[in-house]
Amino acid sequence: MQQLVNGLSLGSIYALLALGYTMVYGIIKLINFAHGDIYMLGAFWGYYVINQLHFNFWLALASAMLFCALVGVVIEYLAYRPLRNSPRIAALITAIGVSFLLENGMAYMFSSNVRSFPQVMKVKQYHLGSVSISNIQILILAVSIILMILLQLIVRKTKMGKAMRAVSVDPAAAQLIGINIDRTISFTFALGSAMAGAAGVMIGLYYNSIDPLMGMTPGIKAFVAAVLGGIGLIPGAAIGGFVIGLLETLMQALGFSAFKDAAVYAVLIIILLIRPAGILGKKIKEKV
Amino acid sequence: MLLQVEDLSVNYGVIHAVKGVNFEVNEGEIVSLIGANGAGKTTILKTISGLMRPAGGKIVYDGHEIQKFKSQKIVAGGISQVPEGRRIFAGLTVMENLQMGAFLRKNRDALKKDYQEVFERFPVLQERKNQDAATLSGGEQQMLAMGRALMAKPKLLLMDEPSMGLAPIFINEIFDIIQAIKQQGTTVLLIEQNASKALSIADRGYVLATGNILMTGTGKELLANKDVQKAYLGG
Repeated sequence: MQQLVNGLSLGSIYALLALGYTMVYGIIKLINFAHGDIYMLGAFWGYYVINQLHFNFWLALASAMLFCALVGVVIEYLAYRPLRNSPRIAALITAIGVSFLLENGMAYMFSSNVRSFPQVMKVKQYHLGSVSISNIQILILAVSIILMILLQLIVRKTKMGKAMRAVSVDPAAAQLIGINIDRTISFTFALGSAMAGAAGVMIGLYYNSIDPLMGMTPGIKAFVAAVLGGIGLIPGAAIGGFVIGLLETLMQALGFSAFKDAAVYAVLIIILLIRPAGILGKKIKEKV
Repeated sequence: MLLQVEDLSVNYGVIHAVKGVNFEVNEGEIVSLIGANGAGKTTILKTISGLMRPAGGKIVYDGHEIQKFKSQKIVAGGISQVPEGRRIFAGLTVMENLQMGAFLRKNRDALKKDYQEVFERFPVLQERKNQDAATLSGGEQQMLAMGRALMAKPKLLLMDEPSMGLAPIFINEIFDIIQAIKQQGTTVLLIEQNASKALSIADRGYVLATGNILMTGTGKELLANKDVQKAYLGG
């Protein structure tokens, strides 16, 4: 039970990150390897605004989301847009390059030391029988779920959200009815990056430490989560995130801490072997 | 004259797909471009819609040269296209597909009326408006693609192979609908391999082969022409 609680809070972070991977993949078929680093930037943004500007948690969260949305849009504009019609491998390698740039750029500017994230909230533990839940865990879970619901509403109900789905199904047909592809892609990056920013601030609060390389491993795990759920599918990313979070804490609970990362990657290998389309993915059927 | 294509040439890499083509479409007409596969028909439509850039020549629409415009500007100007193979948005409902057709439009009252009009023209779309568009049959998808293009309120509707892959019963229906669309004042530029059908509803037609226009005339003239009959009408 205790592990379930821990796993869900960690899983919700992965889920938020996986959403960004999956949305970007859905629309431009790019695995945005720099996505984990956007999450790192979100955490650093949170660190600075709380320390320097004395923002409270909510303001830090909202401003990190905005900041990361902007960063995501700029990265897409500068790095990926010029390669829109290039082979996919070119964009993929560029994404890895952007990731290195962000990691090492941040390490250069702010040093690669681990910093302790300001405790903007007093930690409280609640005990329910043998299970203890901290207020931070509840907060993470609640904020993540609210953000996911909001995202789902945006994608399902708003005009831009529908345009996102239309562009991801058929960009040329979308253009023929007047949808601005560039703007729709920017919008997608903004949404995905905002989710990553929120995840960054919350993980800072939860683990209490941040550093310029903090985005690497969670980034890859969230990518696994997105693949597990079915890449390109938003509900899939959410489910995948929770599954990966639970798996990781379960491994830890069983005394295999050293193998928790390996277990996640094993999941990637297994899913690619037996069900490459993911849990929610359908077999791709092409209609002629 | 609503649309005038002057000396248009378009390349796919090193392949000259369209080589100096001239044609025009007057307001209120149905004009058919016919020709075999690879004649350059689809390329011409893609270039008019702004998906491809010409290597040379001009496209004049409503008095403006549009060959350098972005596709959304062209749609906003009143040209919408029903693409080859229908290309409806799978995973979006029928209604959402129609809403996407109206992406650039803002006036809610006018939109409401236009949804109603599309539903009157294609009652099956109203019955299925909350269904995933991918679950429609081929003929229904063609209707949805047409409804989606009409939601942009075009002055000029471009249609690329609307009869392709459809059962004969649907083919007749689709061509009836194209005529009805014309009756309501929308100009139609139609591309078809089904030359007899396309010419029978056309005011004028052009015969295209390997990137050049070979012949032009009224629909009736071309239907009666011996060469056209031999090459495109199976006899």
